[in-house]
Amino acid sequence: MASDRQLPRADRRVMLMATCLCDAFYADAARATVEVLEHLGCTVEFPEGQTCCGQPAFNGGDWDASRQVVRHAVKTFAGDLPVIVPSGSCAAMLTHGTALEFEKEADLGEVRQLGRRTWELADFIVNGLGVKTWPGRYEGRIAFHRSCHCRGSETVPAALALLSSIAGASVAPFGESDQCCGFGGTFSVSFPHISSAMGTLKLEHIRASAPDVLVSVDMSCLMHMAGLAEKAGQPIRTQHVAQVLRDALRNGNLL
Amino acid sequence: MARQPIDQFVEGISAEKRASVYLGTKVTHEKRDKLLHDHYADPDALRRLAGEIKQHVVENLDTYLPKVEAKLQSNGVKVHWASTAEEACAAVHGIMKARGATKLVKAKTMVSEEIGLADYLEHRGIEALETDLGEFIVQIDHDHPSHIVRPIIHKSRKEIATSFEREGLGAYNDDPETITRRARAFLRKKFLQADVGLTGANFVSVESGRLVIVTNEGNSRFSLAATKCHIALVGIEKLVPRDRDLGLFLNLLARSATAQQLTVYTEFISGPKAAAQPDGPEEMHVIFVDNRRTEVLASECREILRCIRCGACLNVCPVYRQVSGHAYRSVYPGPVGAVLSPLLEGDKFADKADLPKASSLCGACNEVCPVNIPIPDLLLRLRNKGKREHAPLAEAGSPPMGAWALMASSPAAWKTALVAGKLMNVLPKTWIPIPAMKAWTDTRTLPEWRGGEFRKWLRQRPRKADGTKGSPQSHTP
Repeated sequence: MASDRQLPRADRRVMLMATCLCDAFYADAARATVEVLEHLGCTVEFPEGQTCCGQPAFNGGDWDASRQVVRHAVKTFAGDLPVIVPSGSCAAMLTHGTALEFEKEADLGEVRQLGRRTWELADFIVNGLGVKTWPGRYEGRIAFHRSCHCRGSETVPAALALLSSIAGASVAPFGESDQCCGFGGTFSVSFPHISSAMGTLKLEHIRASAPDVLVSVDMSCLMHMAGLAEKAGQPIRTQHVAQVLRDALRNGNLL
Repeated sequence: MARQPIDQFVEGISAEKRASVYLGTKVTHEKRDKLLHDHYADPDALRRLAGEIKQHVVENLDTYLPKVEAKLQSNGVKVHWASTAEEACAAVHGIMKARGATKLVKAKTMVSEEIGLADYLEHRGIEALETDLGEFIVQIDHDHPSHIVRPIIHKSRKEIATSFEREGLGAYNDDPETITRRARAFLRKKFLQADVGLTGANFVSVESGRLVIVTNEGNSRFSLAATKCHIALVGIEKLVPRDRDLGLFLNLLARSATAQQLTVYTEFISGPKAAAQPDGPEEMHVIFVDNRRTEVLASECREILRCIRCGACLNVCPVYRQVSGHAYRSVYPGPVGAVLSPLLEGDKFADKADLPKASSLCGACNEVCPVNIPIPDLLLRLRNKGKREHAPLAEAGSPPMGAWALMASSPAAWKTALVAGKLMNVLPKTWIPIPAMKAWTDTRTLPEWRGGEFRKWLRQRPRKADGTKGSPQSHTP
């Protein structure tokens, strides 16, 4: 992870980027993120003008469209507060993807400044705030999906450390855990056969470990896998890491 | 909305073929991973170092190429430069004509596939026989390799046994050892009859002018044992600065390609037979092939020229595992091919502009690459190139982003859409006239729309006792 990233402030004021998926579909994951951050003493600001990180168009190759959205995010999240995002994928977009598409743009500096302030939630909790274990209680066998855009970041070890430290919870290993779930943004609709085959294989591996819940730091992967499983008539229960952490606090009467 | 050819291709692959490609790639990938971590405390540091060395070479080809030419010449090697595939083929043909040679035995080289050498020579009455077992099977079947390292990963032993029977190599027998022995018996005679041995080179040391060739079957050595002339086809990016760099590259190549500590045969060739040596080719030619590599060097994707053709990115790639090599319509398939093949098309880039789209951008290829090529970044750059150049294959099956970008830059429109989206729960999903939506809902359900709910919760929830601390604050910049 880039060593020049900005550490949290002493007053623990942060901004929340809820992500477009949580805005549209997964309200409770965003709510859990707020509750978890507040439990840690953070004051959470939510810039109302926020929309999306720009990744759909970036991955689609339409960098003009993507830059338009990223510029809007730079404006919306202006300032020097850390920006916390409950998604490894959106975080990677802001820390890495934007640097690529703004390489030759005059405002690369501002875009990078936002990238240095951006943290994926689990990474922020463990490496930003120094919280290594999680209190409360969560009964369940967790299959943890390592979403691909967290490769090379601190997120996966951070999330695993938190999840496995919760009383009552266990993290169940499963086969080929480094393989993609097949979502890939617009890939899922422009290559639907390949995408579905990848996801189906992923689900077979996960089911083999008989988890109670499938957990990830990215709702996008979970949306894909849950959607596939339900369509196939074998629904699986999914939760965002933030929801697990929040539920642990609730179960321990800490919230 | 047009469909993506690679996604269509996958429908035509038999379950048996898909299973064998999946298993073959998975096993090699897992062995590779174990071997690297068993042997090295920090394999990633080695990958980064090897990447830096190759990047240095790629960025200094203008000085390294004249140096290696001079070194090769002082070693007694004749050096040729071919800027196109046609020129490279013509150079091989020219050397053979000058010697009155009509028979060539060929070790495995991807660049010969790239330039279409075997067909070129056959049309001119020259027998160009593949001596790598996999490539030999590809040749007798008039097929194409489907993997950089394992050309017949798509074939079953039953298919191979049928081909051998058809070619008069013995009655049907699908025992792998029998197949190998029959191929060996056939090839031994051909080695002895051949006039010229053709190889590639995995590396060429600028310092010494040594060619390094690795094989697991020894066919390269056989090709050079009885012939009087050795021709090596070498892509201009194959250089390493010093002999000592080979320690790093050979260790990484064998582990990455085939999960071996070292390939079975590693040859170091310094030039033609010296007077004191009893045998070996008395004439040696190196043909440096450009074939648009300098265009790649000038592009935004020059890092792809670091590639040492190990195939590790194919083995780990979840897309390659599903579609196998022929889906890519190119000599170089998989993640590396999705970058390199469209670039090697030059002004016909649009013909393969769909290849960079055939990826979930999962990044597994970058994690295993022995020269640490940032393949996902390069795929993204090429997607952008496809979009800028309005390549129809780049846009096929992709939802347009213009309206989305407009909405995502306008908070008022965004918030309206969040609320309006609730309609999606009311309308039957198959009625929605959006092909992208159908592509999703054919195999997956959509989650329930909850647009605006989180924002509503934020606004309406009770404040804590102290009024501020721990409470979210909405603000509009």
